[in-house]
Amino acid sequence: MDNVHDMGGMQAFGPINPEPETEEPVFHAEWESRVFAMTLLSGFLRQWTNDMARHARESQNPVTYLRNTYYENWLAGLETLWVGSGQVTPEELAKGISSGKSDIQAIDAEKALVSVKGAGGPVDPEAPVNAGLKVGDRVRVKTFHPMGHTRAPRYLRGREGVIDRIHGRHIYPDTHTVENVEDYPLYSVRFEGAELWGPDGNKRSAVYADLWEPYLEQP
Amino acid sequence: MPHDGHDHDHTEPPSDVALRVKSLESLLIDKGLVDPAAIDALVDRYAHRVGPQNGKKVVARAWTDPEFKQRLLDDAREAVGEFDFKGRPGERLVAVENTPEVHNLVVCTLCSCYPWNVLGLPPVWYKSAPYRARAVSDPRGVLGEFGTELPDEVEVRVWDSTAEMRYLVVPERPTGTEGWSAEQLEKLITRNSMIGVEQAKSPADLEGGA
Repeated sequence: MDNVHDMGGMQAFGPINPEPETEEPVFHAEWESRVFAMTLLSGFLRQWTNDMARHARESQNPVTYLRNTYYENWLAGLETLWVGSGQVTPEELAKGISSGKSDIQAIDAEKALVSVKGAGGPVDPEAPVNAGLKVGDRVRVKTFHPMGHTRAPRYLRGREGVIDRIHGRHIYPDTHTVENVEDYPLYSVRFEGAELWGPDGNKRSAVYADLWEPYLEQP
Repeated sequence: MPHDGHDHDHTEPPSDVALRVKSLESLLIDKGLVDPAAIDALVDRYAHRVGPQNGKKVVARAWTDPEFKQRLLDDAREAVGEFDFKGRPGERLVAVENTPEVHNLVVCTLCSCYPWNVLGLPPVWYKSAPYRARAVSDPRGVLGEFGTELPDEVEVRVWDSTAEMRYLVVPERPTGTEGWSAEQLEKLITRNSMIGVEQAKSPADLEGGA
């Protein structure tokens, strides 16, 4: 979905104003840490995928998305996902009161710690990649305007770059649901700064983005 | 906690958010969907056990062990596996090396993708709109806001984490550190230098308490 989460190249957000590294806490309020952990634990239950979770956050009204702090967007996404899964009713969410136990088994602490440390690639790393493009190939990012989730940023669409490396086959986020898992070759593509931002762009800069084969075409 | 109720301060959110979170948490616990002990365990892990200290070990070893550095640049996930901090399922780590000719910078313009296993959770600025917006279009301007000035001839490479690949910058080893042990070198490595917004500290920075 083309929404304000896709921020590459936007202007007028002002200075970054980073907190000093040595002074910044991991969480700025206790509720942030609870939202963070609940989001991970809920995700482990496989009622939705990581891409569906991103889409839930990204498809909010853009004004809401920008007004919210980071973990407020996670909270909004988590509420949407649980209601969307059918496991929590809107009434339960509004009142915060359960009308009955779920038949899903919660992830315990031990399993949770194993899950966050688990190894393993997005798809079988031993499987042949069958890449349709090779390192050095010139490619253009397709122009499209998807209502659903995508990881092809707007600032790259229609722009040309060069395949820098092949990352293997990865799950395709645009169609990724619990029931539907497709995988395609994933490429790191190098775009020159001037190709993206014109002659006024930063001198001697390049952007590398990871893009799935269906996003790319031969120019 | 004092709060005037008007200022939308990102470090002190309105209490209604905290209440909304409490409400959701008790609902999910009552429904048997979330185990409160598991929440505590994950918060403890990411608040205390995983963080830039992991990445510092990786970079210090790369600085002192050329064979390890090559393994790291060839396949960072395999190489970092030697340290026993594996990534989350699905994540693949790539290490990119700063040199006198090339400076690397990592961003996620679409959300907040970040190499949790080596750097912990990202700082607020990394997830913020100004950084996500401008890191790709004005990397030298962004670096300048962190006090990092690069010579004109240095190429800036910005890595936009648009997939499940995660990027770790190996900063340049500072001059004047010949013969230093990995443990000594770790003190020069900052989180920000492994995201690429800053250089590693110099020995003089350490003496000056910077």
